[in-house]
Amino acid sequence: MKAVFKHEISSYYTSLSGYVFGLFLLLFAGIYVMIYNVRNLLTRYEAVIFSISFVFLIIVPIITMRIFAEEKKQRTDQLLYSLPISIRDIVLGKFLALLVVFLAPLAIMCVYPLILSAFGNVHMAEAYSAVFAFFLLGMALLSIGMFISSICESQAVAAGLCFVVMLINYFIATLASYTGVSAMGSFIGLTIFVVLFAFIIRFMTGSIFTAITGGLVIEAILAAVYMMNQELFIALMPRLMEKVSLFERFNVFINGIFDISGVFYLLSVTAIFVHLTIQSLEKRRWS
Amino acid sequence: MSILEVKNITKLYNGKNGVRNISFTIEKQGVYGFLGPNGAGKSTTMNIMTGCLAATEGTVTINEFDIYQDPVYAKMLIGYLPEQPPLYMERTPREYLNFVAEAKGIVRQERKAHVEEVMNRVGITDVADRLIKYLSKGYKQRVGIAQAIIGDPDIIILDEPTVGLDPAQILEIRQLIRDLGKDHTVILSSHILQEVNAVCDKLIIISKGRLVAIDTPENLEARFAGDNRINMVVGATKKECEEILSGISAVVNPRITPIESDDKKANKVRISLGYTSKSDDTVSPDHINTCDDVIADIFFAFADKRKVIYELTNTKAGLEEIFLELTGVPEESDNKEAVNKEAINKEETKEAE
Repeated sequence: MKAVFKHEISSYYTSLSGYVFGLFLLLFAGIYVMIYNVRNLLTRYEAVIFSISFVFLIIVPIITMRIFAEEKKQRTDQLLYSLPISIRDIVLGKFLALLVVFLAPLAIMCVYPLILSAFGNVHMAEAYSAVFAFFLLGMALLSIGMFISSICESQAVAAGLCFVVMLINYFIATLASYTGVSAMGSFIGLTIFVVLFAFIIRFMTGSIFTAITGGLVIEAILAAVYMMNQELFIALMPRLMEKVSLFERFNVFINGIFDISGVFYLLSVTAIFVHLTIQSLEKRRWS
Repeated sequence: MSILEVKNITKLYNGKNGVRNISFTIEKQGVYGFLGPNGAGKSTTMNIMTGCLAATEGTVTINEFDIYQDPVYAKMLIGYLPEQPPLYMERTPREYLNFVAEAKGIVRQERKAHVEEVMNRVGITDVADRLIKYLSKGYKQRVGIAQAIIGDPDIIILDEPTVGLDPAQILEIRQLIRDLGKDHTVILSSHILQEVNAVCDKLIIISKGRLVAIDTPENLEARFAGDNRINMVVGATKKECEEILSGISAVVNPRITPIESDDKKANKVRISLGYTSKSDDTVSPDHINTCDDVIADIFFAFADKRKVIYELTNTKAGLEEIFLELTGVPEESDNKEAVNKEAINKEETKEAE
């Protein structure tokens, strides 16, 4: 794991990607600190953190696209497979390197509240809890990006797909407020998700049979629940959409609440996607 | 204890092709050649042996470690150069090899010296600090080989190691492989016969996903020696030749074809003949005609009649013919395939149920 970690770190910083990632974060952090704190004399650093969260839409696809797609293209994945390192260690090594690349600019961003506090009364606890949530959000998004890279053959496809996923994640809460609240609407919405889910199963396992049965079973359960208790479905869709959004969880911290369930949610998402990445690489040996 | 045991491995891509039921055991050190036409399943088998690819069925055991059950231990004993060298283009060979050495668990103190030694061995010290993407194909291939032999693994598996090298480099690499074979087990794949003949102690021939032969080159040649023929060009007419040859009992089935020539006086024929090893020598009935005996008989017979032999060659069934014969489809294997297909179909229906 250490070998992979060191190798990754040095490849981030021999190519420009590590610097670009940091530069982007720091550039926008700088701009918003100047606008909010310096020009408008706001004492809330978390407002800056909130405003720069959109940067993830751009930098996550850029930094994660190459992680595994590039290995596949250069055929270097064969080297990794033949080395005496377990796939879990390869993935963890790569993910830790990614986190270090993310933490480097974040460490610099942690200095800003200290500087600002020399000129006014900064709410330190809220500022740092926002930075912490920002880290958790970034970590979860990076794990999703890494997973997408592991299932794609080319970097461009990985980047595109990752961008779409980030975008949906970013806007889903906004969309939720425009989604109908009727029970029927929620049922139809969920059905669409079930169909999507079946497609993903088909893609991952290659078995149409499993996909159709799985989809039908879930749909049957949904229908049964719908028949028995329609009230459960009222406004279910928008509620679910809000719950799913990683950005929405992060926003809670911006409002000055240290939300333990949010911490667990973001950590679980990270763990799940790191695990899925390991599985997707294991699976590739079988195809 | 076997070094490497491949047992009944089958790999199907969407239920077809791949390799079927390949088994072999490697017990002692040496150079083993993996031979087969393009698409025979050489790379697939090698990928399975190194754990890069999972077999649909069967096991690979390396020094008692199963490649799926104990992949980390098993892989510590293997160095693998895939068909396309797995190189990080943005790195220098030194950085790259350092990474591989660390990943193979070589301790920090020994790493630098070991990498230097390996680079020396494959002759890339001069380019050690240039980015790999700027290296020529031959150098890239050597970096790939260096990667495989780093950490001094017991088994070195090389998939077409000499592809893209110039003739001088090929000779160097062959020498390197021979040297490695003295204290390692080297398995190399190739579809070039001269190459395997030049370096390998034993050949594993596969064709269409099946193992067709595993033996030493000498044994393979001996097995197919029945087809030896003698070819010659003689200054005589067809009729004269027939007369002379009929006097030699060992000669069988001579084919005599006149050579067309502008010069009418030049009277040459080409003769191709087989011979039996059974002698009708009544004095010593156990005597076996060797090729040399037959050639001597022919030579003197023609010399007695004052006919000139311009050319005389003895063609052995070379590896080439053996290879073609082995990898061509024998009739019975078609049947086998049909049986296999049936079995697979049955399995599939079972699964579906």
